[in-house]
Amino acid sequence: MTSASRMSDRRAAAAARHRLLPEGRVAGPMPWIIAIMMFLTVLAAATGLSLGAAVEAMGADLAGRATVQIVEANAEQRDRLSAIVAQTLRKDGTVRAVRPVAAAALADQIRPWLGQDAASGDLPIPALIDIELTPGQTPDQIGAKVERLRHQLNAVSPKIRIEPHAAFLAPLAGLLSALGWLAAGIVLLMTLATGAVVVLAARAAHDSHRSTIDVLHLMGATDVQIARLFQRRIGLDALFGGVLGFTVALLVIVLLGTRLLATGSELLSAIHLPWTNWAILAALPVGGVLLATLAARWTVLRSLGRLL
Amino acid sequence: MSAIVQFENVGLRYGLDSETLSDVSFSLAGGGFYFLTGASGAGKTSLLKLLYLAQRPSRGVIRLFGEDVVTLPRKRLPGFRRRIGVVFQDFRLVPHLSVYDNIALPLRVAGMQEADIDAPVSEMLNWVGLGDRGQARPATLSGGEQQRVAIARAVIGRPEILVADEPTGNVDADMARRLLTLFEALNRLGTTIVVATHDLPLIAQVSGAQMMKLDKGRLSDPTGSLRYPPKPQVNG
Repeated sequence: MTSASRMSDRRAAAAARHRLLPEGRVAGPMPWIIAIMMFLTVLAAATGLSLGAAVEAMGADLAGRATVQIVEANAEQRDRLSAIVAQTLRKDGTVRAVRPVAAAALADQIRPWLGQDAASGDLPIPALIDIELTPGQTPDQIGAKVERLRHQLNAVSPKIRIEPHAAFLAPLAGLLSALGWLAAGIVLLMTLATGAVVVLAARAAHDSHRSTIDVLHLMGATDVQIARLFQRRIGLDALFGGVLGFTVALLVIVLLGTRLLATGSELLSAIHLPWTNWAILAALPVGGVLLATLAARWTVLRSLGRLL
Repeated sequence: MSAIVQFENVGLRYGLDSETLSDVSFSLAGGGFYFLTGASGAGKTSLLKLLYLAQRPSRGVIRLFGEDVVTLPRKRLPGFRRRIGVVFQDFRLVPHLSVYDNIALPLRVAGMQEADIDAPVSEMLNWVGLGDRGQARPATLSGGEQQRVAIARAVIGRPEILVADEPTGNVDADMARRLLTLFEALNRLGTTIVVATHDLPLIAQVSGAQMMKLDKGRLSDPTGSLRYPPKPQVNG
């Protein structure tokens, strides 16, 4: 037999096997339920992954930053202390950048709350210096570095304070992280629910084709031969539902991403999906089909195992 | 001829009911033609179920092809079932498959190459007189035609044993005679035939066949030897 005729024979055999269960792939609710499950799973996974990426980006961005405040009511003293602090910090090897915040920029920031008087000079406003520490250190090492700078600056004046930015955003990062874990939990629950739906569908299919199965069984069909019929059918249903759910979820994610970018918020635009995460999302329908196929096989084999 | 089927003190009970079959002992020689008879409810179908491995007995020993199938591991049963053809009382044709695909089913289950299937199926279709009905669905066939499809399906794999449960129950006398001729032809090829029927005139038409009679779940010949040879055909 030539390879072409072998191939054609295999195709004919597969077609004959597929006829053993009545066709009607997208009949019944299972493909649609799987589409809904996949839609929600992809959305939850995208939320979890993008929040994780946002927390990571925020941590990387803010971990090495701090603001030095010179809380001195006397303007002259404040300017003098600012100059000393800036000089001291520039000399420090662990500080990569020192950026004194201009008084005008500071006044602009507090004007919405304090009105035009903010820039009059009558109101004592602390001088601020943004600093950036050398990168590539662990949070503990950065904390130790900030503590050392605190001691160093306190020695210059007790009216100098240093606040690491990570401390401001720690609660927000914690919230985002918790939401990310919640999303991961939802993905897990959706996976379990999908498995359960497939088990129920496989049982129902097994029951509704019971007479055909009995005939095949008594003709000497093995359990694996019979299970293959069901796993293929359910795998195809899952493929249809998975692709549909994934496509719709993808459209929603792209739409939401466009809306987030349109807000112009630096904080919200930190929520993004790196390409590696897109690959994870694309793997979800594939995983769904595999899960459905294996669950169907397991269910049918178990049911057949109860027969003689 | 050596025994192809042996039953020793076989009992069958469904749930907590009383035994449907009790102390059934007999042996069938390979290549023989056997009728199993008895009144309705005597246990004929239950005995056949044990024979074609749809059921395990509650007690006793059953040997098929020389092996004890009662203790046989479940995964080895398909191999034994492929050696047994069954004509069910209710035909059990797969309704969504064509006549051709129904007949080809045992060959496909056995893993035969698709290219090798057409010739035996076409031959079998012609043998049962349904050469032009290959693409018909079972629901469009008459009872007799369905019966012949069921027989063709049972014999296409050249089984060593053919078990038929009331195969003439739904057909007229002429068709019954034709079906019996098919069985005899198969028997001449070496297949052991076991036919459950309560049609005694039918039994009388097969010379050389032996008869077992079940009465309330017991073989009426307790010694296990088959002492009910068919009566010679009475002409006129």
